[in-house]
Amino acid sequence: MADTAEGTSVADYSWPEVDRRGQIGRRRTRLDGPVKSTGFARYPSDQNPPGLLAAKILTCPHAHARIVALDTSAAEAIPGVRVVHVIQGEGSEIQWAGDEVAAVAADTEDIARDALRAIQVEYEVLPHFVTEKHRDRAPAAQPGSERTDGDPDAAFASAHRTVEQTLGMPQMAHMCLEPHGQVASWDGDELEVHASTQAVSTLAGQFASELGIPATQVRIRTEYMGGGFGSKFSPDRWGIVGAELAREAGAPVKLFLDRDQEVSVAGSRPSAFARVRVAADEQGKLVAWDSDSWGSGGLPGTGQTPLPYVFSRLPNRRLRHTSVPTNLAGSRAWRAPNHPQACFLTMASLDDLANELDLDPIEFLDRNLEFTGRADVYREELGIAAGMAGWKERWQPRKRSRDSALQRGLGVSIHTWGGRGHASNCDVTVHPDGAVEARLGSQDIGTGTRTIVAQVLAETFGLELPQVRVSLGDNRFPQSGPSGGSSTVGGVCASTRRAAQDALREVLTRVAPGLEADPEQLTAAGGRVFVEGEPSRSMSWTEAASRIGGAPVSAQGRNPGPGRLISSGVGGVQIAEVEVDMDTGVVHVERMIAVQDCGLIVNRRLAESQVYGGLIMGVGYALFEEWIPDPVTGRLLNADMEFYKLAGLLDVGSLEVHMMTGPGYDERGVIGLGEPPVISPGAAISNAVANAIGVRVPYLPLTPDRVLDALAGRGGIA
Amino acid sequence: MRPFSYAAPATVEQAVSLLEAEGSEVLAGGTDLLSLLKDDVEQVERLVALRGIEDLSGIDASGGRLRIGSMTTLQELRDHADAMAAEPALGTAIDGVASAQLRAMGTVGGDLLQRPRCWYYRRGFGLLAQGENGRSMVTEGDNRYHAIFPEGDARFVSPSSLAPLLIALEAEATVHGPDGERRVPVEALYRTPRAEGERENTLGPGELLVEVTASVGAARSAVYEVRQRRSLDWPLMAAAVSLYGEGPLVDRARIVLGHAAPTPRLAAAAGDLLAGRELTPERIVEAAEAAVEGARPMSGNRYKIQLATVAVRRALLRAAGMEA
Repeated sequence: MADTAEGTSVADYSWPEVDRRGQIGRRRTRLDGPVKSTGFARYPSDQNPPGLLAAKILTCPHAHARIVALDTSAAEAIPGVRVVHVIQGEGSEIQWAGDEVAAVAADTEDIARDALRAIQVEYEVLPHFVTEKHRDRAPAAQPGSERTDGDPDAAFASAHRTVEQTLGMPQMAHMCLEPHGQVASWDGDELEVHASTQAVSTLAGQFASELGIPATQVRIRTEYMGGGFGSKFSPDRWGIVGAELAREAGAPVKLFLDRDQEVSVAGSRPSAFARVRVAADEQGKLVAWDSDSWGSGGLPGTGQTPLPYVFSRLPNRRLRHTSVPTNLAGSRAWRAPNHPQACFLTMASLDDLANELDLDPIEFLDRNLEFTGRADVYREELGIAAGMAGWKERWQPRKRSRDSALQRGLGVSIHTWGGRGHASNCDVTVHPDGAVEARLGSQDIGTGTRTIVAQVLAETFGLELPQVRVSLGDNRFPQSGPSGGSSTVGGVCASTRRAAQDALREVLTRVAPGLEADPEQLTAAGGRVFVEGEPSRSMSWTEAASRIGGAPVSAQGRNPGPGRLISSGVGGVQIAEVEVDMDTGVVHVERMIAVQDCGLIVNRRLAESQVYGGLIMGVGYALFEEWIPDPVTGRLLNADMEFYKLAGLLDVGSLEVHMMTGPGYDERGVIGLGEPPVISPGAAISNAVANAIGVRVPYLPLTPDRVLDALAGRGGIA
Repeated sequence: MRPFSYAAPATVEQAVSLLEAEGSEVLAGGTDLLSLLKDDVEQVERLVALRGIEDLSGIDASGGRLRIGSMTTLQELRDHADAMAAEPALGTAIDGVASAQLRAMGTVGGDLLQRPRCWYYRRGFGLLAQGENGRSMVTEGDNRYHAIFPEGDARFVSPSSLAPLLIALEAEATVHGPDGERRVPVEALYRTPRAEGERENTLGPGELLVEVTASVGAARSAVYEVRQRRSLDWPLMAAAVSLYGEGPLVDRARIVLGHAAPTPRLAAAAGDLLAGRELTPERIVEAAEAAVEGARPMSGNRYKIQLATVAVRRALLRAAGMEA
């Protein structure tokens, strides 16, 4: 596409060359930043239609119980209570604390809470199991089949160095700042739901089938939403119950989970434990892997994580996995499902092996990149990350002495993700006044979708961001995929680009005669339409649009579709620098360095912002976040924001991000970025702590008690 | 929330008479009590808001005495230059409350008399958290943040940020009640509940904390808290120390642990080790070890013993100006 004449051709659906980009790759401020930061953005939980009722849910306080008797009459008698709805009645067996038993819609939230307290429930409490760390005590562990590739036994037998240990990380919560929930309103048989969701286009059908109405009668709206991280893909029971309460009450109903419910039942990441054995030869090449893993995602248990992570071409390996069901709510997809766990189990083991080999861990990774799918990318990124960290000058082998209370350490980890764009449809309309709009049934879950679609529009039509409009968050718009798996940016950019290129071609066809040119000779850039190479033969965009006739021009674009607009498969490298207080076991992250590719970057600032978010979340689960189920009651003891500790601004250290761009990256097209940066922090930070204190803390999060135990030679897992 | 009445008296006398009725509770900054009511962990008949009583707020730091009204907010105290100059360790203690909102709303009295954070108490199982089998939920459950010095059946920890330091400073509390005013050492505000339903403080019906007073300038004092997060977080362990005497010789030392026991714990034996002697790094280590003598950790909080020795050691080093 170096030929400028070809550059005007829009039939081939491509991204402009680097020197012709007006928007793509630029740093653009999030379009909805001002309304969000000033509080004008109306989230689903901010919707207050006239006559709104408040609904609350009564949950079971026991981890395992049978409902013997349930009496709602006292609740129904409370003035202001409109509807009491039994979700699980007498005889129901409850399998986790926090499961929904009954719901109340009332004039106010206070009345709804009073009504919940008035509901009499008698439980027969049954035995529970919530501590899957102790696999041997699990009543329903499900050992899977063993899988062996190559000859691991022979490889271990002839290996130069082997390390073996048990590592693990617990279940943790999604902790969405806007809890799960929705405002449901009926107009006759038509249902409108303002939902805090990651799946605007697919939610309607799910509501419809549960409620027994045609999907055409369900409207889903999500202009803004306060975080999902993989936990908001379905209406959930509270969504259906909310809609039923509204139907029965004949009034709109707002039902959002309380914080303890949000933490306990609305999203968790599965735990992962493993006895890992890994070996290398005298040249520092990996020769064998053996892991006996287990973990839980609550009642459903959980499957095998991808081990060994990234180094998946290692020939000799044996994998065993046991799924451990517990009496806890089922887990949900958590940003990069299974990857942070697999990354920690693998990268911590490799880091310990490098230490056994007396090798710099970066050198060790480098020697084994042939076992990964993208050695060249990792090699380049490792070099950049090492440079940013001053690794060569500052990295030292693990310390074995305590010259002072505060010890610093460096750790490294690498990760991968797919990120191919999902199925997406987009309508682009050019109005005769020059206004341009894209409409798609996608959602901006805080990642910047609205902004990058606007950039693609503006890029294609040669306009600035204020001249284009993006409408999303409504299932009446052309259907677009759920925002999961880092699939949104690729999907919406591709569908928007195709629609926009087609719409532009139609506009150019109509205005070409006025410029006495063929449409193929015309370019739209800088707010003008002109003959390529002859800027004097031009007209303003507004003038051009006015010539399209009385009706708007519109086109629909789809993904997948023709042209190389997107791709998948990325690699990233992260380095953590920590300071550990050897006396108290307190770990502080001083610095996180992230080097990441994601193909063609649409918006540099938002891409970096995604990585910052991943790093912050990563520091959270590396140091602080965990579900703490009570062995006695089976309830979570920290279903709050007091002892469920999130990383605050003072805790995250300096975050430094380098995005890979230019040749080798740009031409791959757009690839998703939501998940990759959250994968490595647990491993990188754990490795940095091991480097600082001389021993591995085998368990995340790296709390003071665990650090002190490791220093004292105590504290293995199970 | 269960219904309650709300009273906003203008004088201490009115407050006392309102508080005498059963089910009345003081509302100070409201940073915690309202959550307890919403969560139905505590129930009240009447809230007696003290904000309208002007006499209860204010700081006087003249004449070698520091007087702090109980309704003074943490931020007002932090911003009081004379008070901070008189006892800089107060600033350290307040800075440990790493939330501008809590410092702005929370009061000195509220800090001293706040309810424990024990997660069994906060989930409605009571301060003593006895399970249905008659055994302690804390010892059988997760006790990583609980007491290393349990007392009787009480295994929660005293959470006050200011109490350890005020006790080290030998501060006094002025309590007003139906029988007039009484002054007690700050440590006498606390007790260990022996039965479920008993409070962890010694205020009787109708009594309210009016002010705390302390001599300043007589001791070198310091606070050291071990907190996992730099952002808002409860200390895992806290120590306050006051070293009385001039020069290198310590006449006597007061060492107090917070987050270690159901009440702020005066480590008298540790203080005695330093009395009449010169402070050396070795003696500081000895005192720190003595401060945890008799600790009885549970299944998940042994690490807090180590944190207690570190907190005491670092507080002593800080008070003595020997910090590395």
